[in-house]
Amino acid sequence: MAAGVAAWLPFARAAAIGWMPVANCPMPLAPADKNKRQDELIILNVSGRRFQTWRTTLERYPDTLLGSTEKEFFFNEDTKEYFFDRDPEVFRCVLNFYRTGKLHYPRYECISAYDDELAFYGILPEIIGDCCYEEYKDRKRENAERLMDDNDSENNQESLPSLSFRQTMWRAFENPHTSTLALVFYYVTGFFIAVSVITNVVETVPCGTVPGNKELPCGERYAVAFFCLDTACVMIFTVEYLLRLFAAPSRYRFIRSVMSIIDVVAIMPYYIGLVMTNNEDVSGAFVTLRVFRVFRIFKFSRHSQGLRILGYTLKSCASELGFLLFSLTMAIIIFATVMFYAEKGSSASKFTSIPASFWYTIVTMTTLGYGDMVPKTIAGKIFGSICSLSGVLVIALPVPVIVSNFSRIYHQNQRADKRRAQKKARLARIRVAKTGSSNAYLHSKRNGLLNEALELTGSPEDEHLTKTTSLIESQHHHLLHCLEKTTGLSYLVDDPLLSVRTSTIKNHEFIDEQMFEQNCMESSMQNYPSTRSPSLSSHPGLTTSCCSRRSKKTTHLPNSNLPATRLRSMQELSTIHIQGSEQPSLTTSRSSLNLKADDGLRPNCKGSQITTAIISIPTPPALTPEGESRPPPSSPGSTTNIPPIGSNIVKVSAL
Amino acid sequence: RNPGLGNPPRPTKKALKQRFLKLLPCCGPQALPSVSENSVEDEFELSTVCHRPEGLDQLQEQTKFTRKELQVLYRGFKNECPSGIVNEENFKQIYSQFFPQGDSSTYATFLFNAFDTNHDGSVSFEDFVAGLSVILRGTIDDRLNWAFNLYDLNKDGFITKEEMLDIMKSIYDMMGKYTYPALREEAPREHVESFFQKMDRNKDGVVTIEEFIESCQKDENIMRSMQLFDNVI
Repeated sequence: MAAGVAAWLPFARAAAIGWMPVANCPMPLAPADKNKRQDELIILNVSGRRFQTWRTTLERYPDTLLGSTEKEFFFNEDTKEYFFDRDPEVFRCVLNFYRTGKLHYPRYECISAYDDELAFYGILPEIIGDCCYEEYKDRKRENAERLMDDNDSENNQESLPSLSFRQTMWRAFENPHTSTLALVFYYVTGFFIAVSVITNVVETVPCGTVPGNKELPCGERYAVAFFCLDTACVMIFTVEYLLRLFAAPSRYRFIRSVMSIIDVVAIMPYYIGLVMTNNEDVSGAFVTLRVFRVFRIFKFSRHSQGLRILGYTLKSCASELGFLLFSLTMAIIIFATVMFYAEKGSSASKFTSIPASFWYTIVTMTTLGYGDMVPKTIAGKIFGSICSLSGVLVIALPVPVIVSNFSRIYHQNQRADKRRAQKKARLARIRVAKTGSSNAYLHSKRNGLLNEALELTGSPEDEHLTKTTSLIESQHHHLLHCLEKTTGLSYLVDDPLLSVRTSTIKNHEFIDEQMFEQNCMESSMQNYPSTRSPSLSSHPGLTTSCCSRRSKKTTHLPNSNLPATRLRSMQELSTIHIQGSEQPSLTTSRSSLNLKADDGLRPNCKGSQITTAIISIPTPPALTPEGESRPPPSSPGSTTNIPPIGSNIVKVSAL
Repeated sequence: RNPGLGNPPRPTKKALKQRFLKLLPCCGPQALPSVSENSVEDEFELSTVCHRPEGLDQLQEQTKFTRKELQVLYRGFKNECPSGIVNEENFKQIYSQFFPQGDSSTYATFLFNAFDTNHDGSVSFEDFVAGLSVILRGTIDDRLNWAFNLYDLNKDGFITKEEMLDIMKSIYDMMGKYTYPALREEAPREHVESFFQKMDRNKDGVVTIEEFIESCQKDENIMRSMQLFDNVI
């Protein structure tokens, strides 16, 4: 429930009139508005700039500084206003969050200053609205990278925590600057690539003549020397390839990568040549294979960042290039056809066929003009000139378009990837917010029952307990509770732990202990979606808590004796709570900070309070210390820190 | 049929007259009394048009809320609907925020039809406050009347089993999929049967307003739950 619609809660509760005549069971009591005071204006003085708002606006989020009693620390008696010695600009955003329920991130604000302010006011940055979230995350990432760079340059000499030999090798291959050995290896391979390429080139240069008229290329003259050079290079490349293959974290992925394919293509001809030297028939093919040796030059892309970027952008611009090619082809075909038919009449024309005219068209359009094919007829010359003029346009125009496309597409791809990566996280957040609100209801249901039980005993400490949930939340929960009563069903959540607990609260919820235990055991064995079952089994503490009560006397109490049974089950519930929070949940809610010290009389009672999550957002993990690190979607708000089994079960007698 | 609702006069006749007058070039701006009445005509431009409610004093007379309560209500209303009126989509969306797990759109539609007393497709602040006044400040009979009006989908004065079944299904829909015990197919129908058992005195298959009020007055649970609404605001 967003804060914005909190004002519509009276309407939602009024709309429940439709359920009343239909319900078969009595409705639960409404939460009493204990301090029903008129809404008053609060003055917030932030470094001299005065903001004013209604008190109820701030109380929408009781888990933050402004929404809780923590702001009393900042109350200035003389001026009767709350004074904060903080940045007023950021405070504007913070206050708007209370008003609208959406937290925005202003672009001009420094990211670390903003984070500091949010931390001060107790607001989690994760609830920043979708409109500003990407910007925030980007800035945050840049900041983190900057910090990391700073750290790296400081800790240059430090050796990293022990990586395995394989991992160090891989790191050395990927990042030559990590160690001297890697650097040496890097330069050596670069040198050999260059040597290999130059060898291939020089092989074909004619050097010296042999008796006879033929000029011999160096490759045949010094065949042995070249062969040795080639062998040396190929050996180095093979060794390098095998080492990379060994060090790769995912061999399958490595084999499929472009660079490794280039490596293989570069060294294959040599080995094929070794195998096939004696066979005369395929020696022709063998010679062609040598062409592939030129691919060795692509190995340089490991050494050159720019080459890699170019390759990547070409790949991503493939469709634009394809379109350019297609339009060029169209133009070529058109003009070639025209030229062919125009020159058909002339004698001794070189334009023998349309494909033959392609050559003329291409040469003319790219303004090369070799002059080996020239139109002789007047019509041919006219069309030829049109062709060369249009060639300038056709070729020159798309080039800047493609260049700008390069940068546009490159950035677009980057943003799309980022968005896809964040999409999962975004959906998870939405889901968590939804389950968070249902979780909040279920928690407060149990808290509510606990509170009511304590109220019956006239305990004076219930004041503090009820304070932690805002009035709005308790009213909302009462509304959901009425709906449960009307339909005779009760809410379940995806979380197995919560489900186990809530399933024990049936329609007429006040049941005897035996049934309670049975339900506990049953539901823990229920078939939840299979993904959840591991987590269920990993929390044996819950079932032991059920079983441990078998030792108690089980007395069968009739339902009619309402107060007594309620207290009874309150005991059970309170026992669970107490077990659940053996851990000192120091800061489960800010208001607990203000609890008086001498409330230690029944500390476990208070510890049993589970703070309801802020309805619209997942409970800030920082505020509710979770015993185990569990992913947020599963019960963020529940401080169900299952204690070690050996912990004491403190029974609070609610009587 | 709805004694408790103090309807502010809906200018349906006036709107037609103004539409006609607008066509005549001689009748200029003086023919248009107030912005609020006109804006209702432009139903197609709900988003751009701003509807202003009648004055605070008039609303205070028509409803049973105090001045301060009206102020609080209006502030909340205006927050969610800056244009001053709620259309059905908006209404459903606002209501669904209170029930994150289930599907409350059908029930919200029924509510919308109950609040929209003049059936013009939008709920203005006056309608809103009028409805709330009955539910929260009306007598028990008023409230029961209002509930009857809600159930009577076609507003013919009788609640049939089909209407009740629709209502029941919409209520059960709000609970969502994850409930304990799991929702059975026949649950709404059975609930409707038990409802008719209780309410339909002469067993003629429909529930009239008199039967409804009479049966509700005899049921202690319902009477007590009606009193819950006293302290909502």
